Amino acid sequence: MRAILIRDLRLAIRAGGGFGLGLAFFLIVVVLVPFAVGPRGDLHSVIAPGILWLGALLACLLSLDRIFALDYEDGSLDLLATAPLPLEALVTLKALAHWLTTGLPLVLVAPFLAVLLNMPAAGYAPLLQALALGTPALSVIGTFGAALTVGVKRGGLLLSLLVLPLYVPTLIFGAEAARRGAEGLDHGMPLAMLAGITCGTIALLPFASAAVVRVSLR
Amino acid sequence: MSLSAHDLSVSRGGIAVLEGVTFTLDPGRALILRGPNGSGKTTLLRTLAGLQPPLRGRVQAPPEARVYAGHADGIKAALTARENLSFWADIFGGGDVHAALAAFELEGLAERPAGAMSAGQKRRLGLARLIVAGREIWLLDEPTVSLDAPATAMFARTVRAHLAAGGSAVMATHIDLGLDEAEVMDVAPFKARAAALDGFDEAFL
Amino acid sequence: MASLWEYANPRKFIATSDRVLPWVGALALACLVLGLVWGFFFTPEDYRQGASVKIIYLHVPAALMAINAWLMMLVASLIWIVRRHHVSALAARAAAPVGAVMTIIALATGAFWGQPIWGTWWVWDPRLTSFLILLLFYLGYIALWSAIENDDAAADLTSVLCLVGSVFALLSRYAVLFWNQGLHQGASLSLDKKENVADVFYLPLLVCIAGFVLLFVALVLLRTQTEIRARRMRALLARERMG
Repeated sequence: MRAILIRDLRLAIRAGGGFGLGLAFFLIVVVLVPFAVGPRGDLHSVIAPGILWLGALLACLLSLDRIFALDYEDGSLDLLATAPLPLEALVTLKALAHWLTTGLPLVLVAPFLAVLLNMPAAGYAPLLQALALGTPALSVIGTFGAALTVGVKRGGLLLSLLVLPLYVPTLIFGAEAARRGAEGLDHGMPLAMLAGITCGTIALLPFASAAVVRVSLR
Repeated sequence: MSLSAHDLSVSRGGIAVLEGVTFTLDPGRALILRGPNGSGKTTLLRTLAGLQPPLRGRVQAPPEARVYAGHADGIKAALTARENLSFWADIFGGGDVHAALAAFELEGLAERPAGAMSAGQKRRLGLARLIVAGREIWLLDEPTVSLDAPATAMFARTVRAHLAAGGSAVMATHIDLGLDEAEVMDVAPFKARAAALDGFDEAFL
Repeated sequence: MASLWEYANPRKFIATSDRVLPWVGALALACLVLGLVWGFFFTPEDYRQGASVKIIYLHVPAALMAINAWLMMLVASLIWIVRRHHVSALAARAAAPVGAVMTIIALATGAFWGQPIWGTWWVWDPRLTSFLILLLFYLGYIALWSAIENDDAAADLTSVLCLVGSVFALLSRYAVLFWNQGLHQGASLSLDKKENVADVFYLPLLVCIAGFVLLFVALVLLRTQTEIRARRMRALLARERMG
């Protein structure tokens, strides 16, 4: 089990692995927003939680198509499907590797980017909590989307179209928790809902993803 | 630990390509599949490997005894030869990486990234994976593609050692490997006959 | 009595639906003409909303069918997963664009009504937002069907997407409710409530809904026939290629 995780992490940080691409994208989104909405610090601090959530979500989306496509092209996925490891475990580990290489770094840099957007001091802890709780769901749902589009050549756009509607509940509760935190309101409720979504997707979606990978390999 | 197929029909894209395939492969034996391109050898091998369900009939094999090697080698360009093999050894439960490297004379290339290897060297690395998988039944699709004569001999030696150790192999290949113990099966007689055209059923044929 | 599953045979399905289709189509047309003419010209104007109220004869049935079409796809997907009847999968495929158009009609008529009454074409009200999300689900479902070449694999993948999508659509519904309290009025019709729309509007609305249901059935039958024939054509072409 550990072997898959280690290999995926290793592949991500070696040359051409795309590690850091998501972070750079996140940075660019946050830098471009003030240019788009004008140099109004008060406005920036209002929209900061939402922009940070949206940026993290899009950065997550960027690297989803790498989860299975590379293994499918070079034949590794065929071999992994006949390996002793159940496919359900494989897709879970793939999602975990995606979160460790994409989601976790996004969570860690978010507070620094929040500074750029003048986010109120009260918002930092809720933002971090919401991102830390929500990004695993983004990875697990994204893995499902990636599994659906494994056999599709240049399926990147299709992948976005499939995954973005599935991201809606996570985004709503995550951004709501961060926003309420920044406004000094109680954010326990959306955070609990977000945790519920994350737990539910982690518990159930790998079965769907594994079934879908099995179909795609036929 | 034998592999057998009973009245097996296999399909590609919902259309039957081979039907009525029946054979039993005992330990120590090899089966070589022959047939023109597109005759269904790859589909048959993938069905035998359990990667796709048979249209009809069944495949009997002990659980977790099969390993499949297709056209693609499953090699990561960013990892070295040793890292690639260690990964597959871990996944399949700890085979001997050193022996696998030695069998295909890859010791000198062990620390080289697979991306910097030639096609033939990559193929050897892909075949070395069979050894680290440590499974009895090998299902090989055109294993000798891009191998030169010495490498082909290396592969034949490896297969013979595998059979001598009680393993078995099914392979689709056009090259004569000099395996005396191998049976040859031509898939052409099993070509699926098209069903009558009057009316159509659930399969739309 | 013949089993329902007989119609899972494509030939039987085409033969039966050929007989039924003209009747369903004619009845749908009759209901729609009757309901719309009755609703548009022979009902009083609302004392607050004026003539704008009459858009409910398009808006409510379309919104109902937008949701019911997805439910039908969900049931058809489940039948495909459990019983592997090709007609079921193709019926789900056939229903998706119809459902998507119903969603668009509901959104568009809502916007036309919202402009004079709420003073805006669009608000991020929970109901409106949910329908917009539903439209995205329809688009993703349709795109996935058309992206995958192997028909059986496409049926499997879209069925799983339909199942997972249904769960997430429900989740989104509650998330959106949490996110923004609404401006939209409550349900226009319900069986267990005293406060339905007034009776003068009620009867023509029921006729319109019946018309939309029949129209949906007719379109899905027709499109399923087309899908079956297209599928058979592809199967025959593939067979020809194999020689």
